[in-house]
Amino acid sequence: MAVTNGVPSKNILANKRLEIEFGDAKPLYTQVEAILEANRCLYCYDAPCTKACPAKIDIPSFITKIAGGNLLGSARTILTANMLGLSTGRVCPVEELCVGACVYNDLNHQPIQIGRLQRYVVQKALEIEQSGSRQLFVPKEDCGKKVALIGAGPASLACASYLTMEGIKSVIFEKSDLPGGLNTTGVAPYKLQTEEWLQEVKWLLSYGVELKTSVEAGRDFQLDSLLGDYDAVFIGIGLGSDRKLGIPVEDGTTVWGATELIQKIKNEPNFQIPEKVRSVVVIGGGNTAIDIARELAMLGVRESKIVYRRTEKEMRGYKHEMTGAREYGVRLFENLRPVEIILDDNRVTVLRAEPTTTDQVREFPCDWVVAAIGQEEHVSHLSADMKMDENGRVIVDPITRETSLPNIYAGGDCVNGGKEVINAVEDGREAAFAMLRSWGMETKPNHGIQQQKDTSGGR
Amino acid sequence: MADLSINICGITSPNPFWLASGPPSNSGEQVMRAFDMGWGGAVWKTVGNPIVNVSSRLGAVGYAGSPVMGLNNIELITDRPLEVNFKEIYEVKKRYPDNAVVVSLMVESKDEWKDIIRRSEDTGADGLELNFGCPHGMCERGMGSAVGQEPDVLREITSWAREFATTPVIAKLTPNVTNILDPGIAAVEGGADAISLINTLKSIIGVDLKNLVIQPTVGIEGTQGGYCGPAVKPVALHMAGTLARDERITVPISGIGGISNWYDAAEFLALGSTSVQVCTAVMHYGYRIVAGMIDGLNNYLDEMGMKSVNDLIGRAVSTYVEWGDLDLNFGVNAKINSKTCIGCQLCYIACLDGGHQCIHTHQGPCSAFHGKADHGINPRTSIMPPVMHSDKNESEAHIPFVDDDECIGCNLCQLVCPVPECVTMEEVPSTAGKESWNERVAKELS
Repeated sequence: MAVTNGVPSKNILANKRLEIEFGDAKPLYTQVEAILEANRCLYCYDAPCTKACPAKIDIPSFITKIAGGNLLGSARTILTANMLGLSTGRVCPVEELCVGACVYNDLNHQPIQIGRLQRYVVQKALEIEQSGSRQLFVPKEDCGKKVALIGAGPASLACASYLTMEGIKSVIFEKSDLPGGLNTTGVAPYKLQTEEWLQEVKWLLSYGVELKTSVEAGRDFQLDSLLGDYDAVFIGIGLGSDRKLGIPVEDGTTVWGATELIQKIKNEPNFQIPEKVRSVVVIGGGNTAIDIARELAMLGVRESKIVYRRTEKEMRGYKHEMTGAREYGVRLFENLRPVEIILDDNRVTVLRAEPTTTDQVREFPCDWVVAAIGQEEHVSHLSADMKMDENGRVIVDPITRETSLPNIYAGGDCVNGGKEVINAVEDGREAAFAMLRSWGMETKPNHGIQQQKDTSGGR
Repeated sequence: MADLSINICGITSPNPFWLASGPPSNSGEQVMRAFDMGWGGAVWKTVGNPIVNVSSRLGAVGYAGSPVMGLNNIELITDRPLEVNFKEIYEVKKRYPDNAVVVSLMVESKDEWKDIIRRSEDTGADGLELNFGCPHGMCERGMGSAVGQEPDVLREITSWAREFATTPVIAKLTPNVTNILDPGIAAVEGGADAISLINTLKSIIGVDLKNLVIQPTVGIEGTQGGYCGPAVKPVALHMAGTLARDERITVPISGIGGISNWYDAAEFLALGSTSVQVCTAVMHYGYRIVAGMIDGLNNYLDEMGMKSVNDLIGRAVSTYVEWGDLDLNFGVNAKINSKTCIGCQLCYIACLDGGHQCIHTHQGPCSAFHGKADHGINPRTSIMPPVMHSDKNESEAHIPFVDDDECIGCNLCQLVCPVPECVTMEEVPSTAGKESWNERVAKELS
């Protein structure tokens, strides 16, 4: 079995990457900003924000703790429900979830900026921990159980860290050389830069999770063989490569898959957008389509257009994301289905699209075409026996996240077909606690991780 | 525009807003700037024998983001030479003849009182305020609240002042007493022309949890200080109101304590104060706040159809009765406006845990806390069948409702609701006439 150990270090990525050109879309709060914002919280009972949170973070509690100056306590409230509190504070579509549910919306008043507060608290708490003065969590002693996790994305990282806290040895197998899953390869850089995310991964691993990179299931090891060495397996391999348009010409130099392109922008030091690329057409109607269109516009591509086969109302992408993209000049063209890409000297010149309502074919002169129409499933490579639905998603028990194969659990995009990071975290956490229950180990109501007793004493 | 001018025991002022004796009235330069901003009068920072102050001196307690809900201080009386103070008072009074200038005094012996009163009146000041209130530092030397807490001493010193003074004498009382009527009556008996109250409350404002030392901190120690600011207003209203409605208090009252707005002032006036004095709010925001106070009071008087501020003074005094005289047959019920409710459920949890379990939610079974509010010791689950409320659609499901039969009309839900006028308290019509506890007891005895 090929094994490459490694906690990513800060220097793993080269400088001068394209993604570094962006400032923070939502900068870190200062202490004053955080306290003022925290004090606005009404401390709702049975709070709508918590109900809207897939991870069910006790949001009013963590916000009240900020107001009271209890940063470590606040961070523990977040992390015991959502171990990836730092990055989700940035990438969660809070407008659709907690912030969108805030009761202040009903007063036509600015809702509490929960995502920014969460990022502030977790970042500050990690700084406190890294300064060496206090520890957020103390993992229990090794109990002898072992779990293998396939894929180092948010689902596995969450699952592994909750297991580690309870004294379960957790080993993550990642096929690429960088851990992090879609946060590393698919989330637009203006929302989350790889370097910062890898710092969070490093912190998660620091509690004792083992990471093996550049090892691929099916190639370097088999799923069946893992069960011999481990008490359980968690599958968090996400989705595969970008789905193809299904029309002639898909070459990878001027016709891109969306995550393929985002990955290059985020992580490849030598990748630049040629100056002659002035016009780009993105095909799709999801958040990834909006993200890459906005990203390219922010990077200076003069014309960034989205071509979508239905109307804006039916887009899977969020309204606030489309509004944000429009601020950077992104334009949306509705009711169009791409039919042909016309090349000149092996380069894209025109995308021809057929309206779904009339038969007047439209032509979009462009330099690049980006397909953002989803990703392929690739779980079926792992096991022929595992039950899948008709779309190739792994079928799991809705409570335990156990697959049709005993002791094999799964979560994240390979189960839900592509949802938010926070949904993957929830899957990972629930799978971890289901494993613990199956071994007769106690899991506390709020998934309580053993907290460090405060021994810092007097002054 | 209503007439805001007042006359309190012969001291006239263009409006009822005075600076209370304290840091904002420490010097002539300050008082003149305050008068320029619109303050009607000022009680000069207390003058007396020379003292030395410490550093630091102030502490504050905030609430929910507001840094100064209450302030406390361990500052003493003026630390500037008497001659300088008197010279400045003279200048101020000469330049601002229409504004009220009152000198606050605090000394020990009869001779000292005689001397300082004569010198104060030589400045042309309109009156004198006897500081019987300061609860820190000076009281340890037998002055300030040490006097205010001993009615006999207070009466005697007031009578000295009355004997020596030619201008009106105002006795300023400490709230650090069991019954404010005791020093109040003593002041009247001693010949005071008016009473001002309250001075500050004895307090420890907080503990510095990092260094584990009392605040405000002087080196590595601290001491108790005088508490004031918005937090003390209810205490002050109670004490000012107590004096105002007692027939033995035959002199006018100048109200002090947490006044920050026109409506705070209006409440003191309605409870019988003729002028009001402000310190903490000025220390927080500056003299400029008086513009809003004048404007707000004017608007209010116009709205109420009152031609003069005198029409407001004392108007709410007689609404105070003892608990035993309250009407037992009067009732109100809470009503939640489902159209403006934002679903925070603060009323629900407040009523459930800190009220009388009368508010319920539409979603799910209310079995444990629904039914006739017996407030008994039996767990509801064992005696009440579950009541399901699932008839509401999703958008209304999180809006709580009040069970009319259970509601005891305590106001708690209305008080905690963040939406103005979402929860209203509505009178429950009753055919029974008024009956108080005292009446009921009397009826049973007869």
